[in-house]
Amino acid sequence: MSDPLLSVDGLTVRLEVRGERRAVLRDVALTVRAGEALGLVGESGSGKSMTARAIDRLLPRGAEVDGTIRFGGRDVHALSGADLRRYRNQAAMIFQDPRAHVNPVRRIGDYMTEALRTNLGVSPAAASRRASDMLAQVGIEGGSRRLRQYPHEMSGGMLQRVMIAAALLTEPRLLLADEPTTALDVTTQAEVMAILDELRHEYGLAMLFITHDLELAAAICDRTVVMYAGQIVEVRESGRLHDDPLHPYTAALAAARPDITRTAGRLRAIPGRPLSAFEAPPGECAFAPRCPHARDACRAGTPAITELDGGLSRCVRARELRGKLGERANA
Amino acid sequence: MSTGMAVTAAVGTRRARPLSGLRATGVAGMVSAAVIALATIAALFGPLLAPYNPDLPNLSLAWVGPVGGHLLGYDFQGRDVFSRLLAGAQSSMIGPLAVVVLSMAAGALLAVVAAWRRGAADAVISSGLDILFAFPGILLAVLATAIFGAGLTAAAIALSIAYMPYVARVLRGVALRERSQPYVAALEVQGLSATTICVRHIIPNMLPLIVAQATIMFGWAMVDLAAISFLGLGVQPPEPNWGVMISENQTGILQGYPLPALSAGVCIVAVVIAFNVLGERLFEQAQAARQ
Repeated sequence: MSDPLLSVDGLTVRLEVRGERRAVLRDVALTVRAGEALGLVGESGSGKSMTARAIDRLLPRGAEVDGTIRFGGRDVHALSGADLRRYRNQAAMIFQDPRAHVNPVRRIGDYMTEALRTNLGVSPAAASRRASDMLAQVGIEGGSRRLRQYPHEMSGGMLQRVMIAAALLTEPRLLLADEPTTALDVTTQAEVMAILDELRHEYGLAMLFITHDLELAAAICDRTVVMYAGQIVEVRESGRLHDDPLHPYTAALAAARPDITRTAGRLRAIPGRPLSAFEAPPGECAFAPRCPHARDACRAGTPAITELDGGLSRCVRARELRGKLGERANA
Repeated sequence: MSTGMAVTAAVGTRRARPLSGLRATGVAGMVSAAVIALATIAALFGPLLAPYNPDLPNLSLAWVGPVGGHLLGYDFQGRDVFSRLLAGAQSSMIGPLAVVVLSMAAGALLAVVAAWRRGAADAVISSGLDILFAFPGILLAVLATAIFGAGLTAAAIALSIAYMPYVARVLRGVALRERSQPYVAALEVQGLSATTICVRHIIPNMLPLIVAQATIMFGWAMVDLAAISFLGLGVQPPEPNWGVMISENQTGILQGYPLPALSAGVCIVAVVIAFNVLGERLFEQAQAARQ
């Protein structure tokens, strides 16, 4: 197989919080092949967004980063100046809250064409033409009129589509989509997801899709990575993740989501609360305190990530629990 | 989020109707704007509007009070006071303007650099500003004229340096806030350079506050420059200037002919108050828009 487009290896990020260095990501390793969609799933604070931000070199000041991130064979941390800007055009990011991520006092057209005009030397007329063509592709008609509008004249869903169009304009090879639909209502979510999925296939883009919705990730991603407390706990083909998980956490996450096809009793919440990476007790499995399958072995050491049945799992009992973790298996 | 909306609203109305922003400053604001407009007209066209030659002395008319056609009478050398006020507006207004433009430009630049780079750059800039704070403007100006010779240019440059820390300190806070807005991160990952983001986005979004600050500063600069001219270190006589006019005619106040000196003083005070009132109003508006 050819080299992956993006490969992250041993990524550990520490941030200074009140004078203390705290790890927010621990030993994160993942790869995205050209054209592949990789889902990144986890609860709030599990390090999903931090991983995407690390990949786009957008970490807060004073962050201490270990490990390597390679994009198209180049070390991302060695990039600077014009190379870094070109790389960021190649790995475009779509943010969660479009309203906060667009300068409110500039026109949509300025926002969309700015990178084209300043970085890629496209003439203003040509840039506007490309922008309004791209708007049509995300389902926004009347491009030239839209380009003259201000962000507050658009709805959230429309603005998110504008943001997707803007990200695609610089012809990236990788999309980093950080919960692109979380701030939208459900019907708009479906619309935006459909556009994103369609354009991704049309342009042959790779995508790192961050969400806390396991089913959504399963629906549009080839493989899914599950994160907990700043660590990757499972990597699995999306199709098998839900019914045949390798890690108790994935199973609990899947079980916690209501199933619309049947009437359920109570929702099965995961006991306890999600831990941040720095809260995880050292020397044991981070999920052990909340895990129904935890044994003494789980507290004896931090489990290593091991290969199993075409996937990866960070659970010492993975082999033993194999096949018993499916959603209805423990119902 | 709410900041964004408020900024949008403020800018939106200003773009739509340029006068509505001014009307919102109230009666005091509008009177102030009128005074400033008059002073600006005088500064631009003063020598043309002056009914008499402002530089032609006639010693036989010295200290003569208002008589037909000479609204404010004659000064100590028998020159028409009203004509000298009009002609002096130019040098009285252009000095503060230069101070404001220079100190604003330098202050905004330092503020944005400090806010963008943070860390060591911010520490160096901030402590440099603290050192500059220690020097009063007039003292720097006296020093500058001692080195470069008396004149408006040296005094204006010295005052600009003295005012710059005030500007930079206020704008640094604003720039820091703007820097941490999510849209700036979004621009970064769009692959825009730091310079582009600062020049095209951060500085324009700071503009309402910059304008308000500049307006207030204009008033301070006018008083300080008048004081420097009064001391004989700024504009040199016989060049007409309001500060110079107070200085040359001060003996008249004791001799019972206060009008020439006082009329120049009134001009300065009126313009300074007008700038302060308008600046305060604009500042309040800009602050309200940010909240």
